[in-house]
Amino acid sequence: MNRVEGRVKVTGLATYAAEYPVEGVAYAYPVQSLIAKGRVARVDAAAALDLPGVLAVLSVADPPELAEDADAELALFQRREVAYRGQIIAAVVAETYDQARAAADAVRVEYEPADHDVSLRADHPGLYRPEVVNPNFPSDTEQGDLEAGLAQAAAVVDVTYTTPVLHNNAMEPHAALAVWDAEGTLLVYDSTQGATTDRDMIAKTLGLPRGRVRVVARHVGGGFGSKGTTRPHAVLAALAARVTDRPVKVALTRQQMYDVTGYRTPTIQRLRLGADGEGRLTALEHVAYEQSSTLKEFAEQTAVPARVMYATPALRTAHRLVRLDVATPSWMRAPGECPGMYALESAMDELACATGIDPVELRLRNEPETEPGSGLPFSSRDLAGCLREGARRFGWERRDPEPGVRRDGEWLIGTGVAASTYPSKRSPCQAVACVRDGGFLVQVAAADIGTGARTALTRIAAETLGVAPDRVHVELGDSDLPAAPVAGGSMGTASWGSAVVRACEELKKDGREGRADTAEEVGQDSELARHAFGAQFAEVRVSAVTGEIRVSRLLGVFAAGRIVDARLARSQFIGGMTMGLGMALMEETLTDEEFGGFLRRDLAQYHIPACADVPDVEAVWLEEEDERLNPMGSKGIGEIGIVGTAAAIGNAVHHATGHRVRELPITPAKIVMARF
Amino acid sequence: MRPFDYARAASAADAVRRYRPGTMYLGGGTNLVDLMRLGVARPEHLLDVSRLPLDAVEEVRGRLRVGAAVRNTDLAVHPLVRARYPMLARAVLTGASGQIRNMATVAGNLLQRTRCAYFQDVSRPCNKRRPGSGCPAIEGDHSNLAVLGHSGACVATHPSDMAVALAALEAEVHVTGPGGDRIIPMPGLHRLPGDAPERDTVLEPGDLVTAVELPPPPPGASLYRKVRERASFAFALVSIAAVLDVAADGTVAGCRIALGGLAHAPWRAERAERELIGRPATGGAFLAAAESELEQARPLPRNAYKVPMARDLIVNTLEELAP
Repeated sequence: MNRVEGRVKVTGLATYAAEYPVEGVAYAYPVQSLIAKGRVARVDAAAALDLPGVLAVLSVADPPELAEDADAELALFQRREVAYRGQIIAAVVAETYDQARAAADAVRVEYEPADHDVSLRADHPGLYRPEVVNPNFPSDTEQGDLEAGLAQAAAVVDVTYTTPVLHNNAMEPHAALAVWDAEGTLLVYDSTQGATTDRDMIAKTLGLPRGRVRVVARHVGGGFGSKGTTRPHAVLAALAARVTDRPVKVALTRQQMYDVTGYRTPTIQRLRLGADGEGRLTALEHVAYEQSSTLKEFAEQTAVPARVMYATPALRTAHRLVRLDVATPSWMRAPGECPGMYALESAMDELACATGIDPVELRLRNEPETEPGSGLPFSSRDLAGCLREGARRFGWERRDPEPGVRRDGEWLIGTGVAASTYPSKRSPCQAVACVRDGGFLVQVAAADIGTGARTALTRIAAETLGVAPDRVHVELGDSDLPAAPVAGGSMGTASWGSAVVRACEELKKDGREGRADTAEEVGQDSELARHAFGAQFAEVRVSAVTGEIRVSRLLGVFAAGRIVDARLARSQFIGGMTMGLGMALMEETLTDEEFGGFLRRDLAQYHIPACADVPDVEAVWLEEEDERLNPMGSKGIGEIGIVGTAAAIGNAVHHATGHRVRELPITPAKIVMARF
Repeated sequence: MRPFDYARAASAADAVRRYRPGTMYLGGGTNLVDLMRLGVARPEHLLDVSRLPLDAVEEVRGRLRVGAAVRNTDLAVHPLVRARYPMLARAVLTGASGQIRNMATVAGNLLQRTRCAYFQDVSRPCNKRRPGSGCPAIEGDHSNLAVLGHSGACVATHPSDMAVALAALEAEVHVTGPGGDRIIPMPGLHRLPGDAPERDTVLEPGDLVTAVELPPPPPGASLYRKVRERASFAFALVSIAAVLDVAADGTVAGCRIALGGLAHAPWRAERAERELIGRPATGGAFLAAAESELEQARPLPRNAYKVPMARDLIVNTLEELAP
């Protein structure tokens, strides 16, 4: 079916957070730290306050009241200590955006700078083992005798891969409009992936009861994780509105988004794989080195997919973290799985080369009976089906494994494969369904961040009610609606859909209204390994003259339970794969070692794929029945598309050129310097 | 954004007459408006010259005169440009995006500023933006900056594709200004940074580009090729505009090579051109010429790739042009 909100979006009528018309609105613009570490000695706001239209200057010089246990990235203006370059240390509120921006430039800040350290290294003396990695996995696991497994292996691969800082780059910049009413209740129009969780976090930060805060986010222009947790712009809007007694808008610039809305940690990953003569793993070790800020621990679960993928008698996974003078990394599409599977699936390709076994066949030979890390049975797992179907569609059986031998003029041609995986979980959610105006109204505080959640939930409700979708109206994106979890972790449709199905079932019984809270149902979910799987195949052309790399074909085959809506699903899969292509070949934020902070903070310098980079991308899926997931039998599909893409492309580049680039992104510079 | 006033010039002479310190001429605005938003450019007076009657492409005595306000798209699709200067059309079309080319003017394309990350970030030092503040790119991010003709003060590159083609075509830039009218042959418009990187070009305050005049195309086959890691909407890592004329005996009768992405200005590979004249048009001669030209390169740690990339691009392009 077509997107429910398609017409209002393409005609420009859909209202986003910064666009709500409010009378008497003022604008806040942040002042950001120019040092990466040290202390704010003095803030001189006199010149700024003299400028036209300026209403107030907020800063660490006069800390506004916030909850003492506020999240360290949200506790604006509370401490004089600077944790990273770009941190918000002051803000100007003015009648217009341009006045606020000009005045922010006039705020004089004196610093007491200290020596900063912004560089992740695998031998950093500050590395430590976090207690858990996100969201709550043990940092390290060890099963079997790793060294013995490596010692008895017929082939060993010992390789280190690195991935750079990556930024989410949602199309809609982070923005919020905060309005306090006379009773002291706060309304925030925010660009967020979850109205309920955003409301809770804003209330906690401000020390307010939840009932005194409402968040509205009816349309959101992408998030990719960066809007999954409350960001400082929303707190700034609320504080500025409180100080000035005016509604206040904050709209971050693209550059500010790079500084204060999160990013994917860079990683250094060492993989040691051993295999016997038949290609069966004898040992698998995956150790990830990554960073967090001095403000708080964020430990990406990079090595966790190694606990899911392959059968091996010896498995060791570990994470080491170092706290640097950088912004806190955060959620970005397929956190953990995306960088982790890049390294693991590249190393598997190296193992295929080392053993002389076809990389599809190598993966098939290492299919586990149960989840390797936990021993739990899988609710369903059809990686093998994805690999076989992908190989058939892609023409894999005609592939000559010899690298660096196919040529079309100056262009070297190669193909590569990699596996994808992502957890299929769900969270408790509430929903209400009722009869309204001859149709049906379904309410849930879900978020549609461009994925088509509104459309998918309409379809789920209509199917449960046994009516046409045009008789169902889904209302979402408002924390006053029944509480819902965030659009994240590929859990949105599974969580919200479960509640919508139950509410609609209750409505059918009641005839007028149905209410659902899935907390008990979700709490009773049996202990199983629940994951979606996939296989990605890439064909690349690499110029032997310039080192330019073009992906001529990209195919993803996924086994992700029942697909709720084919059109939406295809968009999610190919969107993820396209983002994975960007990760493989171009995306990279540079950390400025001299001054701290990030460089290349705009979309002219941070390259994401243009249409011309994606001439042929296709996603298909297998029929998969899995009754043990949720009432729809669906697995989340928002993230798996980006998992494995970079490995498939990197493996294809190796097949084309005979050269293995182990540092993302794989650029022409790296190809040329390798002098294949 | 800081306050500024805006006016439209009635004519080129009117624009020059109204010029005073703090004035910037506004063309398509595709670079200047960005720089104003970033705080890099802070004009007090914006004088719009985009609507002056300088928007024609005309044939004048076998030469092609392109008005300064001609939009990039209009230049690239013009039948005479496509027929006689396909290399120029190709260069323009490899730049920017369709939307930007629809707005950007010929003069604006020539006068666009470097995209060096430090230049574009007012919170960091940059000798080009704030003379004497230093050049952090030399130790920091210079992976797409200069390997030829740079100085200890600046390692920026000029980002234009069009200017590289114009350098190979030996176009003339027509300028009017407080000192009268003059003609600057390409690639003479842009200068190397030396110790005054704040000056991108030889233009004086108040100078206004009115036209670019193309002499008849040189004999031989021509090609523009741009290397970039994304297939569209990216500045060149290295680019080349080349013309090769091979005599009946297989020797090089004429050769022009201009390189982009390597220097503060479009780089005419004069040394390579000189060496090739009279030599056989073969890969060996092309390689020797390319290597001779690139002997002058002084790559930095993170842009050393540009030297072999440029060398192979020169050789490959000339081989394609050789009959």
